[in-house]
Amino acid sequence: MSEFLKLLENLFSIKTWEVIWPAILETLMMTTVSTVLMGVLGLLVGTVLLVTRPDGLQPKRVFNALFGAVVDALRSLPSMVIIILTLPLAKLIIGRSWGPGAVMIALALTCTPMFARMVESGFLDVSRGKVEAAKSVGARNWEIMLKVILPESLPSLVRSFTIAVIALISVTAIAGWFGAGGLGDVAVRYGYNRFLTHMMIAAVLALIVIVVLVQVCGEAIARGIVRKRRL
Amino acid sequence: MSEAFIQVRNLNKAYIGRGQTVEVLKDVSLDIDRGDIFGIVGSSGAGKSTFLRCLNRLEEPDSGEVRIDGSVITGLSHKELLAFRRKFGMIFQQFNLLDARSVARNVEFSLTVARQAKEQRQQRVNEILDLVGLTDRRDFYPGQLSGGQRQRVGIARALANEPKVLLSDEATSALDPETALSILDLIKAINRKFGLTIIVVTHQLEVIKYLCRHVAVLENGRIVEQGSTREVLTNPQSHTMQVFVEVNASLTGGFLQGGEGI
Repeated sequence: MSEFLKLLENLFSIKTWEVIWPAILETLMMTTVSTVLMGVLGLLVGTVLLVTRPDGLQPKRVFNALFGAVVDALRSLPSMVIIILTLPLAKLIIGRSWGPGAVMIALALTCTPMFARMVESGFLDVSRGKVEAAKSVGARNWEIMLKVILPESLPSLVRSFTIAVIALISVTAIAGWFGAGGLGDVAVRYGYNRFLTHMMIAAVLALIVIVVLVQVCGEAIARGIVRKRRL
Repeated sequence: MSEAFIQVRNLNKAYIGRGQTVEVLKDVSLDIDRGDIFGIVGSSGAGKSTFLRCLNRLEEPDSGEVRIDGSVITGLSHKELLAFRRKFGMIFQQFNLLDARSVARNVEFSLTVARQAKEQRQQRVNEILDLVGLTDRRDFYPGQLSGGQRQRVGIARALANEPKVLLSDEATSALDPETALSILDLIKAINRKFGLTIIVVTHQLEVIKYLCRHVAVLENGRIVEQGSTREVLTNPQSHTMQVFVEVNASLTGGFLQGGEGI
Protein backbone atom coordinates (compact mmCIF):
# COMPACT_ATOMS: atom_id res chain seq x y z
CA MET A 1 0.00 0.00 0.00
CA SER A 2 2.74 2.41 0.94
CA GLU A 3 4.45 1.62 -2.36
CA PHE A 4 1.30 2.56 -4.18
CA LEU A 5 1.08 5.84 -2.28
CA LYS A 6 4.69 6.53 -3.11
CA LEU A 7 3.92 5.93 -6.77
CA LEU A 8 0.99 8.34 -6.62
CA GLU A 9 3.15 10.92 -4.90
CA ASN A 10 5.81 10.60 -7.60
CA LEU A 11 3.23 10.60 -10.34
CA PHE A 12 1.92 14.00 -9.36
CA SER A 13 5.18 15.55 -8.23
CA ILE A 14 6.39 18.74 -9.84
CA LYS A 15 9.61 17.01 -10.90
CA THR A 16 7.69 14.50 -13.00
CA TRP A 17 5.60 17.12 -14.75
CA GLU A 18 8.64 19.25 -15.40
CA VAL A 19 9.63 16.45 -17.78
CA ILE A 20 6.15 15.48 -18.98
CA TRP A 21 4.85 18.96 -19.78
CA PRO A 22 7.50 19.82 -22.41
CA ALA A 23 7.03 16.30 -23.84
CA ILE A 24 3.31 16.98 -24.18
CA LEU A 25 4.06 20.16 -26.10
CA GLU A 26 6.52 18.30 -28.33
CA THR A 27 3.96 15.61 -29.08
CA LEU A 28 1.26 18.21 -29.82
CA MET A 29 3.63 20.12 -32.08
CA MET A 30 4.65 17.01 -33.99
CA THR A 31 1.06 15.84 -34.28
CA THR A 32 -0.28 19.20 -35.44
CA VAL A 33 2.24 19.69 -38.22
CA SER A 34 2.06 16.06 -39.39
CA THR A 35 -1.73 16.17 -39.20
CA VAL A 36 -1.93 19.11 -41.58
CA LEU A 37 0.51 17.43 -43.98
CA MET A 38 -1.34 14.12 -43.77
CA GLY A 39 -4.70 15.84 -44.29
CA VAL A 40 -3.62 17.62 -47.44
CA LEU A 41 -1.75 14.65 -48.92
CA GLY A 42 -4.47 12.18 -47.97
CA LEU A 43 -7.20 14.26 -49.63
CA LEU A 44 -5.11 14.59 -52.79
CA VAL A 45 -4.19 10.91 -52.97
CA GLY A 46 -7.76 9.88 -52.11
CA THR A 47 -9.11 12.13 -54.86
CA VAL A 48 -6.71 10.68 -57.42
CA LEU A 49 -7.68 7.15 -56.35
CA LEU A 50 -11.38 7.99 -56.72
CA VAL A 51 -11.27 9.92 -59.97
CA THR A 52 -9.12 7.41 -61.88
CA ARG A 53 -11.20 4.36 -60.91
CA PRO A 54 -12.61 2.42 -63.86
CA ASP A 55 -16.06 3.85 -63.01
CA GLY A 56 -14.66 7.23 -61.95
CA LEU A 57 -14.95 10.72 -63.41
CA GLN A 58 -11.70 10.36 -65.37
CA PRO A 59 -11.06 6.61 -65.69
CA LYS A 60 -7.41 5.53 -65.96
CA ARG A 61 -7.58 1.81 -65.38
CA VAL A 62 -3.87 0.91 -65.47
CA PHE A 63 -2.70 3.96 -63.55
CA ASN A 64 -5.34 3.39 -60.90
CA ALA A 65 -4.30 -0.22 -60.38
CA LEU A 66 -0.60 0.67 -60.10
CA PHE A 67 -1.15 3.71 -57.89
CA GLY A 68 -3.54 1.76 -55.68
CA ALA A 69 -0.95 -1.02 -55.35
CA VAL A 70 1.72 1.47 -54.24
CA VAL A 71 -0.63 2.99 -51.66
CA ASP A 72 -1.53 -0.43 -50.28
CA ALA A 73 2.11 -1.56 -50.27
CA LEU A 74 2.99 1.46 -48.11
CA ARG A 75 0.05 0.67 -45.87
CA SER A 76 1.33 -2.83 -45.21
CA LEU A 77 4.73 -1.68 -43.91
CA PRO A 78 5.24 -1.19 -40.16
CA SER A 79 5.40 2.52 -39.34
CA MET A 80 8.95 2.19 -38.04
CA VAL A 81 10.05 0.94 -41.47
CA ILE A 82 8.23 3.74 -43.28
CA ILE A 83 9.86 6.32 -41.05
CA ILE A 84 13.30 4.89 -41.83
CA LEU A 85 12.45 4.83 -45.54
CA THR A 86 11.14 8.39 -45.60
CA LEU A 87 13.86 10.06 -43.55
CA PRO A 88 16.12 10.43 -46.62
CA LEU A 89 13.17 12.15 -48.29
CA ALA A 90 12.96 14.52 -45.34
CA LYS A 91 16.65 15.23 -45.84
CA LEU A 92 15.90 16.23 -49.41
CA ILE A 93 13.13 18.56 -48.29
CA ILE A 94 14.50 20.20 -45.15
CA GLY A 95 18.17 19.23 -45.31
CA ARG A 96 18.21 17.03 -42.19
CA SER A 97 17.30 13.43 -41.63
CA TRP A 98 16.84 13.69 -37.85
CA GLY A 99 15.13 15.87 -35.29
CA PRO A 100 11.50 17.05 -35.05
CA GLY A 101 11.24 18.55 -38.57
CA ALA A 102 12.38 15.43 -40.36
CA VAL A 103 10.27 13.16 -38.17
CA MET A 104 7.14 15.23 -38.77
CA ILE A 105 7.41 14.63 -42.51
CA ALA A 106 8.04 10.94 -41.94
CA LEU A 107 5.09 10.66 -39.54
CA ALA A 108 2.72 12.30 -42.00
CA LEU A 109 3.81 9.92 -44.75
CA THR A 110 3.33 6.96 -42.42
CA CYS A 111 -0.36 7.64 -41.96
CA THR A 112 -1.16 9.17 -45.35
CA PRO A 113 -1.82 5.89 -47.26
CA MET A 114 -4.35 4.72 -44.68
CA PHE A 115 -6.08 8.10 -44.56
CA ALA A 116 -6.12 8.29 -48.38
CA ARG A 117 -7.97 4.95 -48.61
CA MET A 118 -10.44 6.14 -45.97
CA VAL A 119 -11.00 9.35 -47.94
CA GLU A 120 -11.60 7.34 -51.10
CA SER A 121 -14.06 5.10 -49.29
CA GLY A 122 -15.92 8.12 -47.88
CA PHE A 123 -16.11 9.65 -51.35
CA LEU A 124 -17.45 6.39 -52.76
CA ASP A 125 -20.34 6.50 -50.30
CA VAL A 126 -21.74 9.58 -52.03
CA SER A 127 -24.58 8.13 -54.09
CA ARG A 128 -24.07 7.83 -57.84
CA GLY A 129 -27.42 9.55 -58.24
CA LYS A 130 -26.12 12.81 -56.79
CA VAL A 131 -23.16 12.72 -59.15
CA GLU A 132 -25.52 11.94 -62.02
CA ALA A 133 -27.79 14.84 -61.09
CA ALA A 134 -24.78 17.19 -61.10
CA LYS A 135 -23.71 15.85 -64.49
CA SER A 136 -27.22 16.34 -65.82
CA VAL A 137 -27.00 20.11 -65.28
CA GLY A 138 -23.64 20.18 -67.07
CA ALA A 139 -21.27 20.25 -64.07
CA ARG A 140 -17.56 19.92 -64.86
CA ASN A 141 -15.57 17.18 -63.15
CA TRP A 142 -13.85 19.56 -60.74
CA GLU A 143 -17.21 21.02 -59.78
CA ILE A 144 -18.56 17.55 -59.08
CA MET A 145 -15.50 16.89 -56.92
CA LEU A 146 -15.46 20.18 -54.97
CA LYS A 147 -19.16 21.01 -54.83
CA VAL A 148 -20.79 17.60 -54.64
CA ILE A 149 -18.53 14.76 -53.50
CA LEU A 150 -16.42 16.69 -50.98
CA PRO A 151 -19.24 18.48 -49.12
CA GLU A 152 -21.59 15.49 -49.25
CA SER A 153 -18.97 13.22 -47.67
CA LEU A 154 -17.79 15.78 -45.10
CA PRO A 155 -19.17 14.05 -41.96
CA SER A 156 -17.53 10.79 -42.96
CA LEU A 157 -14.29 12.61 -43.82
CA VAL A 158 -14.18 14.24 -40.40
CA ARG A 159 -14.62 10.86 -38.72
CA SER A 160 -11.91 9.26 -40.87
CA PHE A 161 -9.62 12.16 -40.16
CA THR A 162 -10.14 11.74 -36.41
CA ILE A 163 -9.18 8.07 -36.64
CA ALA A 164 -6.12 8.93 -38.75
CA VAL A 165 -4.98 11.65 -36.32
CA ILE A 166 -5.19 9.21 -33.43
CA ALA A 167 -3.20 6.64 -35.42
CA LEU A 168 -0.68 9.39 -36.04
CA ILE A 169 -0.41 10.19 -32.33
CA SER A 170 0.33 6.56 -31.59
CA VAL A 171 3.13 6.65 -34.15
CA THR A 172 4.69 9.74 -32.54
CA ALA A 173 5.74 7.41 -29.75
CA ILE A 174 8.36 5.98 -32.09
CA ALA A 175 9.56 9.45 -33.02
CA GLY A 176 11.74 9.58 -29.93
CA TRP A 177 14.07 7.09 -31.55
CA PHE A 178 14.86 9.68 -34.18
CA GLY A 179 15.56 12.54 -31.83
CA ALA A 180 12.17 14.19 -31.97
CA GLY A 181 11.28 13.81 -28.28
CA GLY A 182 7.67 13.67 -27.19
CA LEU A 183 5.73 11.54 -24.74
CA GLY A 184 6.73 8.26 -26.34
CA ASP A 185 10.34 9.19 -25.89
CA VAL A 186 9.79 9.95 -22.21
CA ALA A 187 8.03 6.63 -21.71
CA VAL A 188 10.94 4.76 -23.26
CA ARG A 189 13.85 6.68 -21.75
CA TYR A 190 12.55 7.16 -18.21
CA GLY A 191 9.90 4.50 -17.87
CA TYR A 192 11.46 1.57 -19.73
CA ASN A 193 15.21 2.19 -19.59
CA ARG A 194 15.35 3.57 -16.05
CA PHE A 195 12.46 1.64 -14.48
CA LEU A 196 10.71 4.87 -13.41
CA THR A 197 7.18 3.49 -13.40
CA HIS A 198 5.59 6.79 -12.39
CA MET A 199 7.11 8.50 -15.45
CA MET A 200 5.74 5.77 -17.66
CA ILE A 201 2.27 6.12 -16.15
CA ALA A 202 2.36 9.91 -16.40
CA ALA A 203 3.31 9.75 -20.09
CA VAL A 204 0.57 7.21 -20.77
CA LEU A 205 -2.03 9.32 -18.92
CA ALA A 206 -1.07 12.37 -20.96
CA LEU A 207 -1.36 10.38 -24.21
CA ILE A 208 -4.77 9.02 -23.24
CA VAL A 209 -6.06 12.51 -22.46
CA ILE A 210 -4.82 13.83 -25.81
CA VAL A 211 -6.40 10.95 -27.75
CA VAL A 212 -9.72 11.22 -25.94
CA LEU A 213 -9.82 14.97 -26.60
CA VAL A 214 -9.15 14.43 -30.31
CA GLN A 215 -11.86 11.78 -30.50
CA VAL A 216 -14.43 13.91 -28.67
CA CYS A 217 -13.69 16.96 -30.85
CA GLY A 218 -13.85 14.96 -34.10
CA GLU A 219 -17.14 13.34 -33.13
CA ALA A 220 -18.61 16.70 -32.06
CA ILE A 221 -17.67 18.33 -35.38
CA ALA A 222 -19.06 15.44 -37.43
CA ARG A 223 -22.27 15.47 -35.43
CA GLY A 224 -22.54 19.22 -35.75
CA ILE A 225 -22.41 18.95 -39.53
CA VAL A 226 -25.01 16.19 -39.62
CA ARG A 227 -27.29 18.15 -37.31
CA LYS A 228 -27.01 21.27 -39.42
CA ARG A 229 -28.12 19.27 -42.45
CA ARG A 230 -30.97 17.62 -40.49
CA LEU A 231 -30.03 14.16 -41.71
CA MET B 1 -40.68 12.82 -93.42
CA SER B 2 -40.65 16.12 -91.57
CA GLU B 3 -37.93 16.94 -89.04
CA ALA B 4 -39.01 15.99 -85.53
CA PHE B 5 -37.66 17.95 -82.54
CA ILE B 6 -35.96 14.90 -81.11
CA GLN B 7 -34.83 12.18 -83.49
CA VAL B 8 -33.34 8.96 -82.24
CA ARG B 9 -31.92 6.63 -84.86
CA ASN B 10 -30.76 3.04 -84.46
CA LEU B 11 -29.57 3.39 -80.89
CA ASN B 12 -27.68 0.38 -79.55
CA LYS B 13 -26.21 -0.14 -76.13
CA ALA B 14 -24.79 -3.25 -74.50
CA TYR B 15 -23.21 -3.85 -71.10
CA ILE B 16 -20.31 -6.25 -70.98
CA GLY B 17 -19.86 -7.94 -67.66
CA ARG B 18 -18.33 -11.25 -66.52
CA GLY B 19 -18.04 -12.77 -69.97
CA GLN B 20 -21.63 -12.16 -70.98
CA THR B 21 -22.98 -9.26 -72.96
CA VAL B 22 -26.38 -7.82 -72.14
CA GLU B 23 -27.99 -5.85 -74.92
CA VAL B 24 -29.95 -3.12 -73.19
CA LEU B 25 -31.04 -1.17 -76.25
CA LYS B 26 -31.52 -2.78 -79.63
CA ASP B 27 -31.88 -0.60 -82.67
CA VAL B 28 -34.14 1.96 -81.00
CA SER B 29 -35.52 4.67 -83.28
CA LEU B 30 -37.99 7.30 -82.16
CA ASP B 31 -39.33 10.74 -83.05
CA ILE B 32 -40.60 13.16 -80.45
CA ASP B 33 -42.32 16.45 -81.32
CA ARG B 34 -41.58 19.78 -79.71
CA GLY B 35 -43.82 20.44 -76.73
CA ASP B 36 -44.98 16.83 -76.45
CA ILE B 37 -45.20 14.83 -73.28
CA PHE B 38 -43.83 11.49 -74.33
CA GLY B 39 -43.97 8.36 -72.19
CA ILE B 40 -41.52 5.47 -72.26
CA VAL B 41 -43.08 2.43 -70.61
CA GLY B 42 -41.84 -1.04 -69.90
CA SER B 43 -41.23 -3.47 -67.08
CA SER B 44 -38.05 -3.13 -65.04
CA GLY B 45 -34.93 -4.04 -66.97
CA ALA B 46 -36.54 -3.18 -70.30
CA GLY B 47 -33.98 -0.43 -70.93
CA LYS B 48 -36.13 2.64 -70.20
CA SER B 49 -33.66 4.43 -67.94
CA THR B 50 -30.72 3.62 -70.19
CA PHE B 51 -32.62 5.07 -73.13
CA LEU B 52 -33.32 8.25 -71.20
CA ARG B 53 -29.66 8.57 -70.19
CA CYS B 54 -28.51 8.16 -73.78
CA LEU B 55 -30.43 11.33 -74.67
CA ASN B 56 -28.19 13.57 -72.53
CA ARG B 57 -25.31 11.11 -72.73
CA LEU B 58 -25.11 10.24 -69.07
CA GLU B 59 -24.70 6.88 -70.79
CA GLU B 60 -22.78 6.55 -74.02
CA PRO B 61 -24.63 4.62 -76.70
CA ASP B 62 -22.49 2.09 -78.60
CA SER B 63 -23.91 3.18 -81.92
CA GLY B 64 -26.74 5.23 -83.35
CA GLU B 65 -27.58 8.89 -83.43
CA VAL B 66 -29.50 11.32 -81.24
CA ARG B 67 -30.46 14.62 -82.82
CA ILE B 68 -32.16 17.39 -80.90
CA ASP B 69 -33.36 20.53 -82.63
CA GLY B 70 -31.02 19.79 -85.51
CA SER B 71 -27.82 19.23 -83.47
CA VAL B 72 -26.32 15.77 -83.27
CA ILE B 73 -25.82 15.01 -79.55
CA THR B 74 -23.93 11.83 -80.18
CA GLY B 75 -21.17 13.69 -82.03
CA LEU B 76 -20.38 16.33 -79.40
CA SER B 77 -16.99 16.66 -77.70
CA HIS B 78 -16.95 16.49 -73.90
CA LYS B 79 -16.83 20.27 -73.55
CA GLU B 80 -19.67 20.85 -75.99
CA LEU B 81 -21.63 18.15 -74.24
CA LEU B 82 -21.40 19.94 -70.87
CA ALA B 83 -22.89 23.07 -72.41
CA PHE B 84 -25.54 21.04 -74.21
CA ARG B 85 -26.62 19.21 -71.09
CA ARG B 86 -27.87 22.54 -69.75
CA LYS B 87 -30.58 22.37 -72.39
CA PHE B 88 -31.88 19.29 -70.59
CA GLY B 89 -33.30 19.12 -67.13
CA MET B 90 -33.51 15.77 -65.40
CA ILE B 91 -35.49 14.58 -62.41
CA PHE B 92 -35.05 11.30 -60.58
CA GLN B 93 -36.96 8.73 -58.57
CA GLN B 94 -34.64 9.25 -55.56
CA PHE B 95 -34.59 13.06 -56.06
CA ASN B 96 -30.76 13.13 -55.75
CA LEU B 97 -30.63 16.46 -53.94
CA LEU B 98 -27.44 17.61 -52.26
CA ASP B 99 -27.86 17.15 -48.50
CA ALA B 100 -25.12 19.67 -47.79
CA ARG B 101 -27.03 22.50 -49.43
CA SER B 102 -30.22 24.33 -48.58
CA VAL B 103 -33.15 24.28 -50.99
CA ALA B 104 -32.14 27.61 -52.55
CA ARG B 105 -28.52 26.53 -52.91
CA ASN B 106 -29.52 23.23 -54.51
CA VAL B 107 -31.29 25.21 -57.21
CA GLU B 108 -28.45 27.70 -57.41
CA PHE B 109 -26.05 24.83 -58.16
CA SER B 110 -27.39 24.56 -61.73
CA LEU B 111 -26.91 28.30 -62.22
CA THR B 112 -23.39 28.36 -60.79
CA VAL B 113 -22.44 25.55 -63.14
CA ALA B 114 -23.85 27.64 -66.00
CA ARG B 115 -21.63 30.55 -64.89
CA GLN B 116 -24.42 32.97 -64.12
CA ALA B 117 -23.66 36.14 -62.18
CA LYS B 118 -24.65 36.25 -58.54
CA GLU B 119 -27.53 38.75 -58.79
CA GLN B 120 -28.99 36.85 -61.73
CA ARG B 121 -28.71 33.62 -59.80
CA GLN B 122 -30.56 35.03 -56.79
CA GLN B 123 -33.32 36.38 -58.98
CA ARG B 124 -33.73 33.14 -60.90
CA VAL B 125 -33.73 31.05 -57.71
CA ASN B 126 -36.58 33.18 -56.35
CA GLU B 127 -38.54 32.91 -59.58
CA ILE B 128 -38.19 29.18 -59.85
CA LEU B 129 -38.92 28.47 -56.17
CA ASP B 130 -42.06 30.53 -56.57
CA LEU B 131 -42.99 28.42 -59.61
CA VAL B 132 -42.72 25.13 -57.71
CA GLY B 133 -44.31 26.63 -54.60
CA LEU B 134 -41.38 26.35 -52.20
CA THR B 135 -40.58 30.01 -51.51
CA ASP B 136 -41.17 29.51 -47.78
CA ARG B 137 -38.80 26.53 -47.71
CA ARG B 138 -35.80 28.18 -49.38
CA ASP B 139 -33.49 27.91 -46.37
CA PHE B 140 -34.55 24.39 -45.38
CA TYR B 141 -32.29 21.42 -45.97
CA PRO B 142 -33.47 18.44 -48.03
CA GLY B 143 -33.45 16.38 -44.83
CA GLN B 144 -36.27 18.53 -43.50
CA LEU B 145 -38.57 18.12 -46.51
CA SER B 146 -41.24 15.60 -47.45
CA GLY B 147 -40.85 13.47 -50.57
CA GLY B 148 -43.14 15.69 -52.61
CA GLN B 149 -41.27 18.82 -51.55
CA ARG B 150 -37.95 17.17 -52.40
CA GLN B 151 -39.17 16.36 -55.88
CA ARG B 152 -40.26 19.98 -56.26
CA VAL B 153 -36.71 21.03 -55.45
CA GLY B 154 -35.51 18.48 -58.02
CA ILE B 155 -37.83 20.02 -60.60
CA ALA B 156 -36.67 23.53 -59.67
CA ARG B 157 -33.05 22.48 -60.08
CA ALA B 158 -33.82 20.85 -63.42
CA LEU B 159 -35.64 23.93 -64.72
CA ALA B 160 -33.23 26.57 -63.43
CA ASN B 161 -31.29 26.86 -66.68
CA GLU B 162 -34.44 27.09 -68.80
CA PRO B 163 -33.93 23.78 -70.59
CA LYS B 164 -35.74 22.78 -73.76
CA VAL B 165 -36.28 19.21 -72.65
CA LEU B 166 -37.20 17.71 -69.29
CA LEU B 167 -36.24 14.09 -68.68
CA SER B 168 -38.17 12.37 -65.92
CA ASP B 169 -36.85 9.06 -64.60
CA GLU B 170 -39.64 7.48 -62.53
CA ALA B 171 -40.07 10.84 -60.82
CA THR B 172 -43.27 9.87 -59.01
CA SER B 173 -42.55 6.21 -58.25
CA ALA B 174 -41.29 6.87 -54.72
CA LEU B 175 -44.23 9.10 -53.76
CA ASP B 176 -47.63 8.34 -52.32
CA PRO B 177 -50.51 8.63 -54.81
CA GLU B 178 -51.75 12.03 -53.66
CA THR B 179 -48.29 13.59 -53.73
CA ALA B 180 -47.52 11.89 -57.03
CA LEU B 181 -50.62 13.48 -58.50
CA SER B 182 -49.57 16.95 -57.39
CA ILE B 183 -46.14 16.44 -58.99
CA LEU B 184 -47.79 15.24 -62.22
CA ASP B 185 -49.96 18.38 -62.17
CA LEU B 186 -46.86 20.51 -61.73
CA ILE B 187 -45.17 18.81 -64.69
CA LYS B 188 -48.30 19.35 -66.80
CA ALA B 189 -48.41 23.02 -65.83
CA ILE B 190 -44.76 23.47 -66.77
CA ASN B 191 -45.38 21.85 -70.12
CA ARG B 192 -48.27 24.19 -70.80
CA LYS B 193 -46.54 27.31 -69.53
CA PHE B 194 -43.17 26.93 -71.25
CA GLY B 195 -43.94 24.54 -74.10
CA LEU B 196 -41.23 22.31 -72.68
CA THR B 197 -40.79 18.90 -74.30
CA ILE B 198 -41.04 16.27 -71.59
CA ILE B 199 -39.92 12.65 -71.74
CA VAL B 200 -41.27 10.50 -68.97
CA VAL B 201 -39.94 7.08 -68.07
CA THR B 202 -42.34 5.10 -65.93
CA HIS B 203 -43.74 1.69 -65.13
CA GLN B 204 -46.98 3.20 -63.85
CA LEU B 205 -49.91 3.14 -66.22
CA GLU B 206 -51.64 5.94 -64.32
CA VAL B 207 -48.74 8.26 -65.11
CA ILE B 208 -49.08 7.53 -68.82
CA LYS B 209 -52.83 7.99 -68.72
CA TYR B 210 -52.71 11.20 -66.77
CA LEU B 211 -49.70 12.86 -68.32
CA CYS B 212 -48.56 11.58 -71.70
CA ARG B 213 -49.84 12.36 -75.18
CA HIS B 214 -47.66 9.78 -76.88
CA VAL B 215 -46.11 6.63 -75.64
CA ALA B 216 -43.54 4.05 -76.69
CA VAL B 217 -43.32 0.59 -75.15
CA LEU B 218 -39.92 -0.98 -74.55
CA GLU B 219 -39.58 -4.73 -74.23
CA ASN B 220 -36.10 -6.22 -73.77
CA GLY B 221 -34.46 -3.16 -75.27
CA ARG B 222 -36.67 -2.97 -78.33
CA ILE B 223 -39.55 -0.64 -79.10
CA VAL B 224 -42.46 -2.98 -79.61
CA GLU B 225 -45.25 -0.47 -79.86
CA GLN B 226 -45.78 3.25 -80.10
CA GLY B 227 -48.49 5.78 -80.82
CA SER B 228 -50.86 8.17 -79.13
CA THR B 229 -51.75 7.25 -75.57
CA ARG B 230 -55.37 6.69 -76.55
CA GLU B 231 -54.45 4.24 -79.33
CA VAL B 232 -52.03 2.29 -77.25
CA LEU B 233 -54.30 2.04 -74.22
CA THR B 234 -57.48 1.14 -76.10
CA ASN B 235 -55.86 -1.31 -78.47
CA PRO B 236 -52.64 -2.58 -76.93
CA GLN B 237 -50.54 -4.69 -79.30
CA SER B 238 -47.51 -5.63 -77.22
CA HIS B 239 -47.43 -8.20 -74.47
CA THR B 240 -46.17 -5.64 -71.92
CA MET B 241 -48.96 -3.21 -72.65
CA GLN B 242 -51.68 -5.89 -72.69
CA VAL B 243 -50.58 -7.05 -69.25
CA PHE B 244 -50.41 -3.46 -67.98
CA VAL B 245 -53.90 -2.69 -69.18
CA GLU B 246 -55.30 -5.96 -67.88
CA VAL B 247 -53.78 -5.54 -64.42
CA ASN B 248 -55.04 -1.99 -64.32
CA ALA B 249 -58.56 -3.03 -65.29
CA SER B 250 -58.70 -5.81 -62.70
CA LEU B 251 -57.56 -3.36 -60.03
CA THR B 252 -60.22 -0.78 -60.79
CA GLY B 253 -63.25 -1.92 -62.80
CA GLY B 254 -63.18 -5.67 -62.29
CA PHE B 255 -62.62 -5.47 -58.60
CA LEU B 256 -66.26 -5.51 -57.53
CA GLN B 257 -67.22 -8.45 -59.70
CA GLY B 258 -64.34 -10.82 -59.30
CA GLY B 259 -62.17 -9.43 -56.52
CA GLU B 260 -60.95 -11.71 -53.75
CA GLY B 261 -61.89 -9.14 -51.11
CA ILE B 262 -65.62 -9.31 -51.78
